[in-house]
Amino acid sequence: MAVSEAAGLSYEEEHVHEVYEQIASHFSSTRYKPWPIVERFLKEQPNGAIGADVGCGNGKYLAVNKEVFIVGSDRSTNLVKIAQHHKPHDVVVADNLSLPHPPHSFDFAISIAVVHHLSTPARRMEAVKCILDLLRPPQQGVSGSGGKALIYVWALEQKSSRRGWDEGSEQDVMVPWVMTAKKEKVPKKKKKQQKRRGEEGLAQENGEAEKGSEDQKEENSEAPETKPEGDKTFLRYYHLYRKGELEGDIEQAGGVIVESGYEKDNWWAIASLK
Amino acid sequence: MKLLTLNFLTCAIKTCKTNASSFPLHPRDAELEIQEADVNLPFLKNILPRLMWEELRTICKELGLPDLPPTPPTPTDLISGGNSTDTTEGRTQAEQEPSQTAKDLHRVLLETCIQEGKLVCGCCGHEYAVKEGVANFLLPGHLV
Repeated sequence: MAVSEAAGLSYEEEHVHEVYEQIASHFSSTRYKPWPIVERFLKEQPNGAIGADVGCGNGKYLAVNKEVFIVGSDRSTNLVKIAQHHKPHDVVVADNLSLPHPPHSFDFAISIAVVHHLSTPARRMEAVKCILDLLRPPQQGVSGSGGKALIYVWALEQKSSRRGWDEGSEQDVMVPWVMTAKKEKVPKKKKKQQKRRGEEGLAQENGEAEKGSEDQKEENSEAPETKPEGDKTFLRYYHLYRKGELEGDIEQAGGVIVESGYEKDNWWAIASLK
Repeated sequence: MKLLTLNFLTCAIKTCKTNASSFPLHPRDAELEIQEADVNLPFLKNILPRLMWEELRTICKELGLPDLPPTPPTPTDLISGGNSTDTTEGRTQAEQEPSQTAKDLHRVLLETCIQEGKLVCGCCGHEYAVKEGVANFLLPGHLV
């Protein structure tokens, strides 16, 4: 499923941007609990620090620390409209490869579950570079004095997850998102089913990255006789990161790793400029 | 979109970013709205060194807002009674009250919002639309 560099943008338009635009409201309703490492990173920032949230989605990370000022951006206008209401922050619609920020002007940046949507190696590396370029460079001779970026991507190695991907699996995958049609009157049996789905949505927020209820929903929708009318399946493109791949991209993009790790099916890294 | 945000925005076109004339973006046909928010004094003090004061003054002029003072306020200017002698008695931050200067700055940076209009790059002339308080920086294909 590898995509040529030239075709990357139009591929992502169809298999990432357009999907999020359509599922924005439903997607947002399932995403409200911040992941612990992201929360810790944001709370560590001093009062008055200036940050960027690249690919802010519905803005759930804008709610974590009200003592800093974050400019969030996302490719999806519909998600940005939802993210707009988090004070004192602000949001704009922008592409993560063409960010509208002056270089080296931010104390911190986050980009959570975003870079894995870029469909070629060069575009993923460029996305990392664009995040690093936002950061204040370190003062001469003072290590650790520069701005820091936290980047989070979905891991290939997640054999204990429902999806079961692991080392050696295909890294470029299409992941379904099923939007359940709302109904006024639901027979008892289906009601139960819907409730279960809701619980899955919560479990998802308890750390299971960009996965979650989709799998089982997909199974439901693949069986035509049980498929509730009006359900719609969207496929999103993901690149699943191998161990060490994110750190490699960061170093190639001119960054240094401050800290990195694995948490709940995701690789994450905190980086700064050299 | 808050005026403070303009302090951290420039043209999305890469070749413009290295050109000084791309910052700040210039509001055009702007409809402003005041969205009230609580004053956060420590926050205001901490962002002072990050403000591009001359550029913010330009933006305020272009929007027809009252002139900002020629030089940026100092942290002490933001505290009510900050220049009186009792500051030496070590009042804690929690006891400090925002001065009129702080309230004015808060009003301009955090409460004055551009709801509709355009932001124009002074380098390439590209116009970015602002709709319902959200600026859109997506570029047409030939500019990416």
